[in-house]
Amino acid sequence: MSMHRIMIYTRFERLWHWLQAGAILTLLFTGLRIHGIHTLISFETAVNIHTAVATGLLVLWAFATFWLFTTGNWRHYMPTRQGLWRIVRFYSYGIFQGEHHPYRKAFWRKHNPLQAAAYLGVKVVIFPMVWISGLIYLYLVLGGTWTGLVNFPPAVALVHTLAAFALILFLMIHLYMLTIGKGFIHHVTPMIDGFDEVDLSVVEEAYLEADEPGHIKDNADG
Amino acid sequence: MKRYVQLLQILLLLSCFAGTITWAAYGYSEEKTAHPISTTADHSQFKVLQKDFKTGPEVTEACLSCHNQAGKQIMKNIHWTWSYHNKKTGQLLGKEHLINNFCSNARGNEGMCAQCHISYGAKNFKLPKTQDKIDCLVCHDTTGSYYRLPPTKGSPACSILFAGKKPIDWKQVAQNVGMPGRANCGSCHFYGGGGDNVKHGDLSSIMANPPKSVDVHMSPDGQNFACTACHMTRNHLWSGSRYQLLAKDTKGVGKPGFRRMATSCESCHGLTPHPKGSVKHLMLNTHVKRVACQSCHIPAFARGGVATRTFWDWRTAGRTKNGKGFMEEDYTQGNGEKRETYWSIKGNFKNGENVVPYYAWFNGETIYTTVDTHFDPTKPVDINHLEGSSEDSASRIWPFKRMETWLQYDKKYNNLVYTHLWGNDDESFWGNFNLTKAVARGMKDANLPFSGQVGFIKTYSYWPTTHMVAPKENALACMECHSASGRLDGIGGIYLASHDRFPWLDKTAWIAIALTALAILIHMLMRLFAGARRRQS
Repeated sequence: MSMHRIMIYTRFERLWHWLQAGAILTLLFTGLRIHGIHTLISFETAVNIHTAVATGLLVLWAFATFWLFTTGNWRHYMPTRQGLWRIVRFYSYGIFQGEHHPYRKAFWRKHNPLQAAAYLGVKVVIFPMVWISGLIYLYLVLGGTWTGLVNFPPAVALVHTLAAFALILFLMIHLYMLTIGKGFIHHVTPMIDGFDEVDLSVVEEAYLEADEPGHIKDNADG
Repeated sequence: MKRYVQLLQILLLLSCFAGTITWAAYGYSEEKTAHPISTTADHSQFKVLQKDFKTGPEVTEACLSCHNQAGKQIMKNIHWTWSYHNKKTGQLLGKEHLINNFCSNARGNEGMCAQCHISYGAKNFKLPKTQDKIDCLVCHDTTGSYYRLPPTKGSPACSILFAGKKPIDWKQVAQNVGMPGRANCGSCHFYGGGGDNVKHGDLSSIMANPPKSVDVHMSPDGQNFACTACHMTRNHLWSGSRYQLLAKDTKGVGKPGFRRMATSCESCHGLTPHPKGSVKHLMLNTHVKRVACQSCHIPAFARGGVATRTFWDWRTAGRTKNGKGFMEEDYTQGNGEKRETYWSIKGNFKNGENVVPYYAWFNGETIYTTVDTHFDPTKPVDINHLEGSSEDSASRIWPFKRMETWLQYDKKYNNLVYTHLWGNDDESFWGNFNLTKAVARGMKDANLPFSGQVGFIKTYSYWPTTHMVAPKENALACMECHSASGRLDGIGGIYLASHDRFPWLDKTAWIAIALTALAILIHMLMRLFAGARRRQS
């Protein structure tokens, strides 16, 4: 095994991430306006932007989901307990002792177990809460009727709001995590140019050099 | 390639021209007309109208000699019957039965109130029943010189009502009949409740020729609609009665060739009235399901300079100065005219202009408090209780003028009463100023029990706000309702974004956010602190 700088976030993945980030920030800003937390823009503008951006994000998610399953990248998000404790111990103790981050990215495991669990949680719990409740709300607003569901049920709004607040918490921690270790820029760069240090097996290294020469850089510091 | 482009341009130009020419050739003009039907007869040439008529009934006889079904038709109309049987609620409604919270009751006061009954020769407790007494002219006069006076004289104290009117030139009026215009309907409907715009709030004398800012449909600068453009007629019966209102039209414009007897916005504008093509319009069209068009498109009523009466207090009626009734006019309305704030025969008033409507769920049905309804006198009484709720899919949020009145009632039997206002006798309130006597007579004449005790109760009546549709740029902005405190405060039954939230959820969320921020801060400080210590050692 040896460390190499390789392409871990392909162009689509980076595009997905930043479009999603932009969309979520926009949706939070307009969503909080619709909720009545601030009045920086008019209600009308907020609703228009919120609805349009949400529709766009749903399309993006459709592509992303398709991509995750057809490329096999879903494997990065599979929950595992292997090594989880070491990560938890590092963030709550080791980090204050000057220890190095215990996790080495692997070719098919680019996220540490805690990170993977957090992203999976966002993907399978918070996001569906948002879009399912959002679509039901839209469906009801757009004139759909279910027996006994004539009004906008407050429960739908409740779930939507709850998910939004959960997403704010995720964002806070997500951003803070970037400052840990080698620093903010170091952590953000891979999501811009796609390259990060990964512990490769001999076979993986040989495969990349033979079949994806553009995805591996020699100046690895491992 | 270039040649094809040129050819295409020429073709395009030609087709535009052709379109314009066809348009012009078929005479499609945007001419605004008050009446969809133009006339094929000049009434001044008819022999039967070449007489020197002396009275109204003589004119009516001439009218009916040609329009031989009109009499039978009009006698089925509520304007003639003054009675309406609501088959759904079983209630007997109409002016001959109801008590309102303005001048209280037409029944028993027909000698005055039947000034607005389409007949000649009414007396108290007696509306004419025969065709020859129909007044055709009040609706069909186009000269503007025709007028009606109260059918009987009443108390000598009311003689002022009959002063200084030019005699009617019956021949001139009879020869100039036509379809009813706004002023015809308005001669009664603008003055309901005893004065200009007193009753409805959205029907004032301004509506005879309203500026576009007051009513886009009826303004001569707008569509120039007559009332009958929306209140569709068939056989002298017309649609759009308040007694059973179409609160939610689910049919829309109907198929070509089908005449819909529906007085709804949707019957012209369709079920998705806002132009499609943007998120905004999509969102607005969704409101149609739960919000009446009028709620957003009539931002306020009593616009244009004429006030409406918003509050009436019968408790103070009957005060006199030197034994005589008097009037105070301490309200100056938008057009500069003074309006009553006190009148001995009626009590104290409040007037209002540009009034924000009262909003309520409404399915078109109302339950009236009639003279035989016994109520709980500790609570305000709804003269017409609005039916509907958010759970009822036939209901929408409607705007209303809510009239508040302290009205006389039978303090012992807890019911509303008929008051004998009009008459040349010593019991009529308008002249004698004794309410107990007037109520006793009103109830006796109607063969109803009266305890002898008159009390006053707070009443509300609700008048659907549906005229005075503003230009679209003056429609309500979202924030009028979608804000912490807005027009729909207390409407209930819906989750209104920006207005409604879950306080516990918001509170929990903010605490969670604060705790997370705190945890991050502590973690960061510990990192810095530990790092500094390591560097030291």
